[in-house]
Amino acid sequence: MPEVASTKDHDDSANDGVVVVGGGPAGLAAATAARRAGARVVLVEAGDDVGGQYWRHLPPQRPARDEGQLHHGWSRFTEMRRSLLADEGCEVLTGASVWAVEARAPHLPGDAPVLRVVLAPIGGADAAQREHRLLRPGALVVATGAHDLTLPFPGWDLPGVVTGGAAQAFAKSERLAVGERVVVAGAGPFLLPVASSLLSTGATVLEVCEAAGPAQLARGWGSHPARLLAGPRVMAAKTAELAGYAAALLRERVPYRTATGVVAARGEGRLEEVVLARLAPDWSPVPGTERVVAADALAVSHGFTPRLEVALAAGCALREDGFVAVDDRGATSVPGVWAAGEVTGIGGADLAQVEGELAGLAAAGAVAHPGTHEASQRLSQQLSQQVSRLLDRRRTLEAFAGRLAAAHAPRAGWLAQVTDDTTVCRCEEVTAGRLRAVAAATASTADTPAGARSLRLTTRAGLGVCQGRICGHAVDAVLGRTSVGRGAGSGVGPVSHQRRPIAVPVRLGELAALPAPDHQTSDHQTADHQTADHQTSDHQTPDLTDSEEPRS
Amino acid sequence: MPSTQPPSPSWRSGITDVGAGGGAAVVVDVVVVGAGIVGAAVARALAVGGARVVVVERGQAAGGTSGSGEGNLLVSDKGPGAELAMAQRAHELWPALARELTEELRAGLPGGFPDLELEPKGGLVVATTAAGANALRTFAATQRPAGVRAVELDADGTRALEPALTPEVACAVHYPDDAQVQPVAATEALLASARQHGASVLTGAEVTAPLLAGGRLAGVRTTRGDVAAGAVVVAAGPWSGEVSARLGAALAVLPRRGVILVTTRQPHLVHRKVYDADYVGAVSSGDADLQTSTVVESTAAGTILIGSSRERVGFDASLRVDVLRRLALGALTLFPALAGVPVMRSYGGFRPYVPDHLPVVGEDPRLPGLWHATGHEGAGIGLAPATGELLADLLLGRTPSLDAAAFSPARAGLLDGQAASAGAA
Repeated sequence: MPEVASTKDHDDSANDGVVVVGGGPAGLAAATAARRAGARVVLVEAGDDVGGQYWRHLPPQRPARDEGQLHHGWSRFTEMRRSLLADEGCEVLTGASVWAVEARAPHLPGDAPVLRVVLAPIGGADAAQREHRLLRPGALVVATGAHDLTLPFPGWDLPGVVTGGAAQAFAKSERLAVGERVVVAGAGPFLLPVASSLLSTGATVLEVCEAAGPAQLARGWGSHPARLLAGPRVMAAKTAELAGYAAALLRERVPYRTATGVVAARGEGRLEEVVLARLAPDWSPVPGTERVVAADALAVSHGFTPRLEVALAAGCALREDGFVAVDDRGATSVPGVWAAGEVTGIGGADLAQVEGELAGLAAAGAVAHPGTHEASQRLSQQLSQQVSRLLDRRRTLEAFAGRLAAAHAPRAGWLAQVTDDTTVCRCEEVTAGRLRAVAAATASTADTPAGARSLRLTTRAGLGVCQGRICGHAVDAVLGRTSVGRGAGSGVGPVSHQRRPIAVPVRLGELAALPAPDHQTSDHQTADHQTADHQTSDHQTPDLTDSEEPRS
Repeated sequence: MPSTQPPSPSWRSGITDVGAGGGAAVVVDVVVVGAGIVGAAVARALAVGGARVVVVERGQAAGGTSGSGEGNLLVSDKGPGAELAMAQRAHELWPALARELTEELRAGLPGGFPDLELEPKGGLVVATTAAGANALRTFAATQRPAGVRAVELDADGTRALEPALTPEVACAVHYPDDAQVQPVAATEALLASARQHGASVLTGAEVTAPLLAGGRLAGVRTTRGDVAAGAVVVAAGPWSGEVSARLGAALAVLPRRGVILVTTRQPHLVHRKVYDADYVGAVSSGDADLQTSTVVESTAAGTILIGSSRERVGFDASLRVDVLRRLALGALTLFPALAGVPVMRSYGGFRPYVPDHLPVVGEDPRLPGLWHATGHEGAGIGLAPATGELLADLLLGRTPSLDAAAFSPARAGLLDGQAASAGAA
């Protein structure tokens, strides 16, 4: 990479440079771009390896020759991964979860908030020894991605019913199928790669059921989908990727049915059969069209919902549809904080990489040291050309993503499938009937859009181990307080259940062993001491980090 | 209306046209500002007493302080005096109240109304140092003559109550009367009961201005319309200062932040409310600095709650990891076995307090028609029934069972330098 500036160009030792949270396509692209612009980078990835859901793969100890055939853009991924891992100016932290975000102390320079990170040894979130790190980003890029949005139906909590994302992850990282005879159902183009990855593991995919009907699909895809192929090259690639998945389904003669959805999953102790039905244009099941399919696995996905813990904790404003609000360079409402990828809107891996690159460049510009004015001017000239190219790509891909969102957005009739005995919150076993009854009995939250909090506390829906990650949207939707199925986009409406001051569980022993703040402030109030300290210890001050064993 | 009411007292609203408001949308006897547990208890007590009540709430029920505490019904932290008397009255009221609410609300809801989880589990106050032990013994000795059951335990007795407690106990005092309630369920139940007695609850309605008539407060202007009333009860917790200022007679209520940690389910590890003896000192302190004094207890759901920090940081709700660290340190001092237990969330809120740390319940001497029910600090959940009863007694002209003067807004020192501006408006 000829454009890489030396790490010595920027004396940003007072902070950790550009900190990127999330190692999927957006985060990798952001880290790569920020390095190209000369900033020091720390990449924080919660999984055992970078790549995210899109480039999820077998563990490095068990490499496979065919990864390249299974993944789009595989060579780009391996190149980004290789160069970041080999780069002294980039620290890649895997198994690293941001568990808290704090405002920066007023006496410290910079705008970006401070991150508390917990690191687990590979494969060991439950390991006895976990290291804690404090990161002080000069600029923060939030690229935390999205996870499956699954709308509840009777039996969705049976073993054998999984999210599309889980089925795909299992196939990609273990080469195993979630079952032998699998139904894939839900909405959106994501159903195609889910089915395709299941086929690659040898599973029989019985059918792929898309809830959207022909009229809704035509709104997004147009009546001549082939015309997309004639569009700009970047879009042709995107369409070709989807066409590849579709071809795999054709080869295996997997039926792809539109206007079809799951109305129930049944079985004794685990999934045995799936009840499917035709769906009306509003997604309500058409009575009399039910049919039963014997299956041992059901993969369901109705779209995606952003992973917002870090963005919300950093104070980033959201758009009405629940995604992080950004400008076209990825700047959020909070100074010093950028966001990229699916956390800002669902657009796929190509768009995520463009957004990541833009955000990475902008974040790098924010940490550039004034002393290297000439170098940074030269860089910014080079960068401005890159940026305008990227902005063009971004606009094209966003238009495509917007059309897909409309083509597959949940419609209000889906609530008809949520019978009163449907479990909505799995952790606390709260049914839709109970939620509706308590909502009616308390009646005090009916008027306010953010009114689900009291109901969560009185019914315990969303208060279990998942902390609303799985059921939050369903709870809001059942109570009629969400935009899921209430309009365009895959919006999530109120996100109060996503505000989690502790983003991932942290042990009491770990909290108690954190260094006291006096320790930290005395270190940073003395500028001389601070500089000396950092010169001798890279960018990790020993007394700010802590590696400890929980007391027992 | 029942005929048992006193004949046309001043609060009885016969007003159909309010000078300042003109054509008020709603006319009632009493408007209660705030749908937290204190507002809910006041509204229910008034509605049961026959008054026409509307509750106006800026956000949602139990959306502020009431939804961000542990649900403490404590006598252990209170020395002899007016607040202890109120707590003791509340302890008399709670069991019958919980039964009444459960009975009233049972009909029509499969599975019943959400459980109030009223649990007379008792408290155990623990000192781990010799100095702390002395202070605890002295404090307990002052409580007993005031009628508080406070039983000092030996090491075996302590272990029998809390097997997982640290063996480093210098002194432990058991308070069998401490109890716990689920505060949001309790608030919703009180509101639902108030509705059954004819009250209505208007959420999403923020008070913006007073309706005045003849030098009296005669209702409130809200973002959802005017409500004319014979009396206005401000029960807005830490926001009572702002609301009463908007109504023309500011009361200096200050917010004090408290944060609580919640662990994953750990049944059968902690049985009672267990406090570090320092808790007593922190509650009555006026210091602005962060103080933590440990409170550890299990909920009915099996999670363990760890509280409680107290900071004066205004309404700043931002996370400070150091607060979490100190809470965790405190919890492990009492229960070393919790070190490996995951914390899955934290929550915090703002407790309302006034400089003399006593609840404020009664009519404002500066503006007739304005009533206050606030200032309960961290004790509002437990004190709510007694507060509702006291305010309803005063407003409906009944003889209160508590010494009303001790809680009056007119008490010495409380309003010094806080002149009403409404008279001039």
